[in-house]
Amino acid sequence: MSPVLFIEQVLNGLQFGVMLFLMSAGLTLIFGVMGLINLAHGSLYMIGAFAAAAVAGATGSFLLGLVGALTAAAAAGAIVEMTVIRRLYARDHLDQVLATFALILIFSEGTRWLFGSFPLFLDVPDWLSGPVTLPLGIQYPLYRLAIIVVGLAVAAGLFALIAKTRIGIRIRAGEADREMIGALGVDISKLYTLIFALGAALAGLAGAMVGAIQSVQVGMGEPVLILAFVVIVIGGIGSIRGAFVGALLVGLTDTLGRFLLPIAFGAFMDPSAATSVGSALASMAIYILMAAVLVVRPTGLFGAAT
Amino acid sequence: MKLKSLMIGAALGALATGALAEVKVGMITTLSGGGAGLGIDVRDGFMLAVNQSGRDDIEVVIEDDQQKPDIAVQLADKMIQSENVNVLTGIIWSNLAMAVVPSAVNQDIFYLSPNAGPSALAGQGCHKNYFNVAWQNDNLHEAAGAYANDAGFKNSFILAPNYPAGQDALTGYKRFYEGDLAGELYTQLGQTDYAAEIAQIRASGADSVFFFLPGGMGISFLKQYADSGVDLPVVGPAFSFDQGILQAVGDAALGVKNTSQWSKDIDNEANKAFVETFQAEYGRLPSLYASQGFDTANLLISAMDKADIGDMDAFREALVAADFASTRGDFKFGPNHHPIQDIYVREVIKEGDVYTNKIIGTALEDHADAYAADCKM
Repeated sequence: MSPVLFIEQVLNGLQFGVMLFLMSAGLTLIFGVMGLINLAHGSLYMIGAFAAAAVAGATGSFLLGLVGALTAAAAAGAIVEMTVIRRLYARDHLDQVLATFALILIFSEGTRWLFGSFPLFLDVPDWLSGPVTLPLGIQYPLYRLAIIVVGLAVAAGLFALIAKTRIGIRIRAGEADREMIGALGVDISKLYTLIFALGAALAGLAGAMVGAIQSVQVGMGEPVLILAFVVIVIGGIGSIRGAFVGALLVGLTDTLGRFLLPIAFGAFMDPSAATSVGSALASMAIYILMAAVLVVRPTGLFGAAT
Repeated sequence: MKLKSLMIGAALGALATGALAEVKVGMITTLSGGGAGLGIDVRDGFMLAVNQSGRDDIEVVIEDDQQKPDIAVQLADKMIQSENVNVLTGIIWSNLAMAVVPSAVNQDIFYLSPNAGPSALAGQGCHKNYFNVAWQNDNLHEAAGAYANDAGFKNSFILAPNYPAGQDALTGYKRFYEGDLAGELYTQLGQTDYAAEIAQIRASGADSVFFFLPGGMGISFLKQYADSGVDLPVVGPAFSFDQGILQAVGDAALGVKNTSQWSKDIDNEANKAFVETFQAEYGRLPSLYASQGFDTANLLISAMDKADIGDMDAFREALVAADFASTRGDFKFGPNHHPIQDIYVREVIKEGDVYTNKIIGTALEDHADAYAADCKM
């Protein structure tokens, strides 16, 4: 194993991590502020990817596609919040899970009805395609570098929003004591809709960016949703900082696990068995990480003690 | 979610007059979720053949298994016990087939597989009432291995998802491929990011890549592979290059070689008519799955011409004879009721605006599967 390959894998892990952060930021905000478990978050990711593919296909512009994805996902999030989610805040988590699971089915079949059953085409724009050569002679796809940059920029923006702005103060206050900020005259339902739309837009952005290098198809959001839940549990539910650290941890653990474990087992097993055992263990790695974090810190890395 | 459609085709008229359909077919296939494209193609191909036959004695009941084994089992039980079907068909996925087929064929139901061909049902688990009209799972991978020898590949990097069909795929490739392996990787089922694997391919010094990543996994891999700057030749089975997927992959798939028992340019009358009528009926090009559905229905119809479903032994004989015009040209069953057929090498090309495949050679002629010897019927 050369250092170049190792650095390339670390970059891959980082890229996967920032993508997971975009997904889990919305999820953790929604849970932290409104106490709502939103299983339909993966559908918003899918809506972002489909909207990007549709707009980019019609206009030929990837950037317009991104704008379309943000708009469509935020709009879908706001509409869903106002029509369905709003009725669920006072209910227990089981009702929320049931209702948002129903939303997954509605979104999936609705998307199939609109776009058909076959995967859509969304490609990396020409100006971001192909590999670039980094120092040490590392060949790395430019588009993945762009995802890392955009992800980090969004993370920085989100931290600034929450730490520095009036809306951020309200969000933090909402996490601390929901009833109190309502009593203080903040229009809580507007705040909730705004947070939900913000989370949805982030998921849509992740879907659109990843859609260009993956398959834009119905049901694409659910595998990512599971990982996003792992991320927010590791990071501590409700904490944006936790989501960021958790996402990078999960991204790096998953990528490096897939890469290093088969090699490690290869040291004392024959290659075929080593790949099989190594990859089986690699697919468990992030859940082992989650279990280990929960043993040491039951509320997650940055979770508030309850 | 619950998709229930009762398609009677030309049998509507017969029902109206009170006559019962003679053969009742239960189709359990995947019509929702990420794998729906495959099930829809099988269904459309099957119904096209039924409608073209103009027969009024076939009734087809279609249900969606949602790609879940437990739902497939429930549907099969319902179709056998309360709908009294004679024939089951439609299942796409090997794990669902393993859950449904063994019990169904033991209840005197014929099962005609339009897709899944797990090795367990081809060898010791074979059954006189089970017919596979598509292929045994290993077949297309074996052909890819044979093609790799012809193409002069000496050092392949091979990868597949870590589940039974993925392991069968790599086994099948290695059964025929004679060169060395630069690396062998199992990925997670449903994995969508292949950056880590592509980095290893780049570092491995391989001269070629073989992969089996069906559905969305293949789309992701090919797009990321094309964007990574690694330009080793790629070969794989047709599952990652079917008509439904290619449009989503785009230019990234151009020039890739893949192995298939069917292609739209196989030169025979049945295939030409099939491609033309399928396109006219559904407004899209057929995939290999659609051709398998079409052939399955025509096999059934050919048996109905010869025998009565009430006489199971005679009907089975008629099925074994496989006396129908297959879109694949020559088609016959081996002793374990799996196909003996040619497997072609195709290349992905662009025709106008549409990405599709063109045959460039034959990988294996009259190829049977490796498990037939273990089958004792």
